[in-house]
Amino acid sequence: MAPACETCKANPAQIVRPKDRSKLCTECFFSVFEAEIHHTITSNALFHRGEKIAIGASGGKDSTVLASVLKTLDERHDYGVELILLSIDEGIKGYRDDSLMTVKRNAKQYEMPLTIVGYDELYGWTMDQVVEQVGKKGNCTYCGVFRRQALDRGAARLGVRHVVTGHNADDVAETVLMNLLRGDLPRLSRSTSIVTSTPSAASTDPNSHSNIKRSKPLKYAYEKEIVLYAHHKRLDYFTTECIYSPEAFRGSARALIKNLERLRPSAILDVVRSGEDMAKLVPGSDEGCGGACSSAVPAAEEEEGGCGSANGRTAGGEMANLEQQLVQGDVATEHDLEVEITLKTVASQGTNDVNGNGNGNSNGKLAHVAQSSNARKVRKNKGGQAFIPRKTPKQVMGQCRICGYLSSQDVCKACVLLEGLNKSRPKNNIEIGYEPEDSEVQGITNGVKQVHVKGD
Amino acid sequence: MSDQAPKMKDEDTLSITVEFTGGLEMLFSNERKHSLSIPIRNEDGTRTNMAALVDYLCQNLMKDPRKDLFILDGTVRPGILVLINDADWELEGEDKYEIESGDNILFVSTLHGG
Repeated sequence: MAPACETCKANPAQIVRPKDRSKLCTECFFSVFEAEIHHTITSNALFHRGEKIAIGASGGKDSTVLASVLKTLDERHDYGVELILLSIDEGIKGYRDDSLMTVKRNAKQYEMPLTIVGYDELYGWTMDQVVEQVGKKGNCTYCGVFRRQALDRGAARLGVRHVVTGHNADDVAETVLMNLLRGDLPRLSRSTSIVTSTPSAASTDPNSHSNIKRSKPLKYAYEKEIVLYAHHKRLDYFTTECIYSPEAFRGSARALIKNLERLRPSAILDVVRSGEDMAKLVPGSDEGCGGACSSAVPAAEEEEGGCGSANGRTAGGEMANLEQQLVQGDVATEHDLEVEITLKTVASQGTNDVNGNGNGNSNGKLAHVAQSSNARKVRKNKGGQAFIPRKTPKQVMGQCRICGYLSSQDVCKACVLLEGLNKSRPKNNIEIGYEPEDSEVQGITNGVKQVHVKGD
Repeated sequence: MSDQAPKMKDEDTLSITVEFTGGLEMLFSNERKHSLSIPIRNEDGTRTNMAALVDYLCQNLMKDPRKDLFILDGTVRPGILVLINDADWELEGEDKYEIESGDNILFVSTLHGG
């Protein structure tokens, strides 16, 4: 028999909270879960009265819980915000079309207007077509890059300046680990921010899609609690894994996180906090500046983070931190320089070893192994830039030459990816276009707009 | 010790409902809800508990060969929540909970996208 709820002492406990192991009944769990999200919203000043806010809705548990909780909290605490649902249709048959049905039901249940924006109309490519082109490996990169812009573009269309997403503590912890494993500290720093906004300085056009604020009200909410909230509230959500995602690197980080949670449930929030603290150590990071200096780092190419501006978890000390950070900036840069030199030397020596070692080079083995493994690390760093030493990027913000989206590069990542896709499109188009019998193939040709087919 | 279980009689079985959600139904013939009759005792004579049920589900109910998506290191995979009559199984002794007739056991995966 279950023990009594630790809060009301009346009902039997049904839930064990991962963060503190407290045992609660469903009613007490609902109120504490909602209260904590309210606290996240108010302590970070996420919303302001009169604001129109788009909830990035996928039909999955996180965004469904987010929509439900925000509606509840807005009614309870009178935020005075206007909530709408914004969905992205990546064009994945058997996944997104089903989950969009859920979003449509949610729109009715929560009485929120819904807008759906498709990859095909934004980019001329559905994810099904992208996968057809690039294969299952690496397609998540496309999807992620496209999605970020898609939400911004969708929001801009609706005249909304603020998009909230359902990223939870597990997601943030995963992202922290992933960036740690990749050695991508600048991104680690940005991905831990609760608010990410593309700076308004980048664009004076109020309808520009480069000027949208993002926030994660569920950043400190455990995935477990989100699922339990959805379950006990009987929320209508959709659960099928993206059919293309099993190969994603994120999956490994996710499994690692879940294993850690089993051993020590507080590990997830601890990783999030470690991420926030590490973020403060990254030179040029915005973490801790409260958004004032958010223009230092561009966000356009962020998978989900974006350029940071968060008031982290700690209320005080942030500004003091910023000052310290400014002072330490030069020191950190110097320190970076040291690393560069080391890497460079190793890299240039190691180049031959990478090949040599493969053939079982026996001379000076130890040294060579060490060097070559270093060299490999450097090489892996980023494909073509193998020998460019790592440096915390001090990027200059600009706009993409092609689409106008905020980017540190001349052409934004989405446009680069699109260019690659479009280059090889005509060939495939002809092949597919002339095989009308298969229904699956039919679906693809329909989406392709057939311009090329007729042109050729 | 090993008293080979002969033909099952009604009093030897437990009628329970097992549900899979959050994407787990995919591993169980795409059926969310399963009504099962399981032996009340294990082969060694002990009462059927959650550990035995999980084992039973893997052996008898799961057609999908990817057992590791459901169990890992002999227990339910981390990231899958288990609710016994809508209460977290951590409150009921997890693996060691002895199953009663009429129990509703729910497995929810949290591993799927949101």
